[in-house]
Amino acid sequence: MKAFWSIFMARNKEFYRDRAGLFWNIAFPFLIIAGFAAIFGRGVEPSYKLGVFPQLESTLAYQLPASVEESPFFSIVKMPDKQTALDKLAAHKLEIVAEAGTIPLNFWVSDSSPKGAMAGEILTSTLADPLVLQQYAARQTIEGFQVDYIDWLFPGILGMNMMFSALFGVGFVVVRYRKNNVLKRLAATPLTAFQFLSAHVVSRLLVILFSTVLVYVVCASLFGFHCKGSYLALVVVFLLGGASHVSLAMVIASRGSNEEFASGLLNLLSWPMMFLSEVWFSIEGAPDWVKAFSQVLPLTHVTSGMREVMNYGAGLSDIMPQILILALITTVFMALGSWMFKWTG
Amino acid sequence: MDIMNIHNLVKHYPRVQAVDGVSFAVKSGACFGLLGPNGAGKTTTLEIVEGIIPKTSGEIFYKGAPRTKEFAQEVGIQFQSTALLSFLTVKETLTTFSRLYANPMDLDRLIALCQMEDILDQYNDKISGGQKQRLLLALALVNDPELVFLDEPTTGLDPQARRHVWDIVRSIKARGKTVVLTTHYMEEAEKLCDEIAIMDQGRIVVKGSPATLLMEHGRGVLATLPASSFSMDALTLANEEIQVRRKGENIQFRTKDIKMCLEKLLQAGVDLHSITVRSPNLEDLFLDLTGRRLRE
Repeated sequence: MKAFWSIFMARNKEFYRDRAGLFWNIAFPFLIIAGFAAIFGRGVEPSYKLGVFPQLESTLAYQLPASVEESPFFSIVKMPDKQTALDKLAAHKLEIVAEAGTIPLNFWVSDSSPKGAMAGEILTSTLADPLVLQQYAARQTIEGFQVDYIDWLFPGILGMNMMFSALFGVGFVVVRYRKNNVLKRLAATPLTAFQFLSAHVVSRLLVILFSTVLVYVVCASLFGFHCKGSYLALVVVFLLGGASHVSLAMVIASRGSNEEFASGLLNLLSWPMMFLSEVWFSIEGAPDWVKAFSQVLPLTHVTSGMREVMNYGAGLSDIMPQILILALITTVFMALGSWMFKWTG
Repeated sequence: MDIMNIHNLVKHYPRVQAVDGVSFAVKSGACFGLLGPNGAGKTTTLEIVEGIIPKTSGEIFYKGAPRTKEFAQEVGIQFQSTALLSFLTVKETLTTFSRLYANPMDLDRLIALCQMEDILDQYNDKISGGQKQRLLLALALVNDPELVFLDEPTTGLDPQARRHVWDIVRSIKARGKTVVLTTHYMEEAEKLCDEIAIMDQGRIVVKGSPATLLMEHGRGVLATLPASSFSMDALTLANEEIQVRRKGENIQFRTKDIKMCLEKLLQAGVDLHSITVRSPNLEDLFLDLTGRRLRE
């Protein structure tokens, strides 16, 4: 225990004194969230760019029917004249073009643009009398569980940052230690591989937890995120996710002293996880084999567990499947990593 | 009493026979030196004995029995090149390592022994070569070991830093500890070691105390002159009593009868202004035994 504690404390000091590493660990997820919050914001984002040009005879007036001006689907871009507007339409810089002040409203779309066709339909229905439309279609509103993309993205980014910090923070460091003989020096002491590895795992988990809490608190206060479910469940699934990734890194770093090779291997693991573990987008529509493969990746269970808790208010018992899978992955990788571990290259 | 016994140690690597049947014994309380040029197999031998790399075959006994887990508690090791945990001060590094052992040496005593009082608060990677070597030495002594392994403890150090390390090794010995070191500095071996083994190409060429070895193998004296002192071919001066060898720009004479040798040189009209005469050292011994120089 004394030996474990000694290495654990040394590793912690090493981390917090490495100011550059510490900065990126915290700044990186924060910058991603801030960037996406600026791009997407909340609510429905305007999907179509509507170019408007004034009628030839009139003075420069861009009057459109109120229903179009207020439509959340269009962002209105003013054009100096008809030719410019149509050129932009042809170049797909605009999805739709309308001539202000005309009744009925003249509009143009490009036949080669699928978004244009959709924009035309939306413009038509926006102009229609709502009372008439009601006879054909009745809009209902879902209650409660509406999740903005940015709310959905937030747990994914936290999970992704945890993955990178766990994989590279441990895998890379251990391989470097083996390369420059730090491990060899430790091997000459009574320290066991298990003591060494567990000190690294616990230290890294502490680091990940600390930086994530900081990012969470700052982002929550700036962008209004909140966790609908149990914080305990959130911390448990997050920590187990961290443990499973750190253990995975231990397996990668158990042998070899080539930093480039280790880095390649870590990238090979982290990139598919970034895209197939639903960090940025859902893979609901992907082929079945992709969905099956995604289930093998530990990050998939972290992001799904965290979203259940944060976005849909789940508790500890609701995310038991994720917790059990992550615990199993951690146990298997930790055992494998200790068993395969070599002090020298 | 022998603290370590090594019998017929062999280490094969895929294309190299690094260690080829090495046997030696280390007396308790003595300083044992493994000498030889780079690539002779000194470090490989040492690291097998330390338990860092596995042997191909052979037997290793510590205090008369195969090594157990306790071995790591009782020995101290200094490797040739080691990076240390980054972002730690010298003091923190010592504390970290000291906590890995059941019975560490008192830190203040260790710090005084290795003369590190003035660098305690500096980071590991911000200290000079000599200071780092002293820190590595201190780490090897942190558990107050009975047996200390030092792999080329003074390579790359300036003369003053080297003497510093020698002083520390002497004080370890004075406390009754056993030291096993490797070096390719003959002077170091002559100054520190009670017993040496000279290795070449994975084998021990000769072993014994430095004084005995020089008596047995290096009788006579060496006289050296610049080649420009000769008006004739110096090699023609060789006879049964005098060996002549060209050494770079110099000509070296080796003889048991220096008076006769000098008379012969005078008779031949050789300019003796730049002559140096000295006893052979381990370096000459090595050259005699292997036909090669130590630092080739």
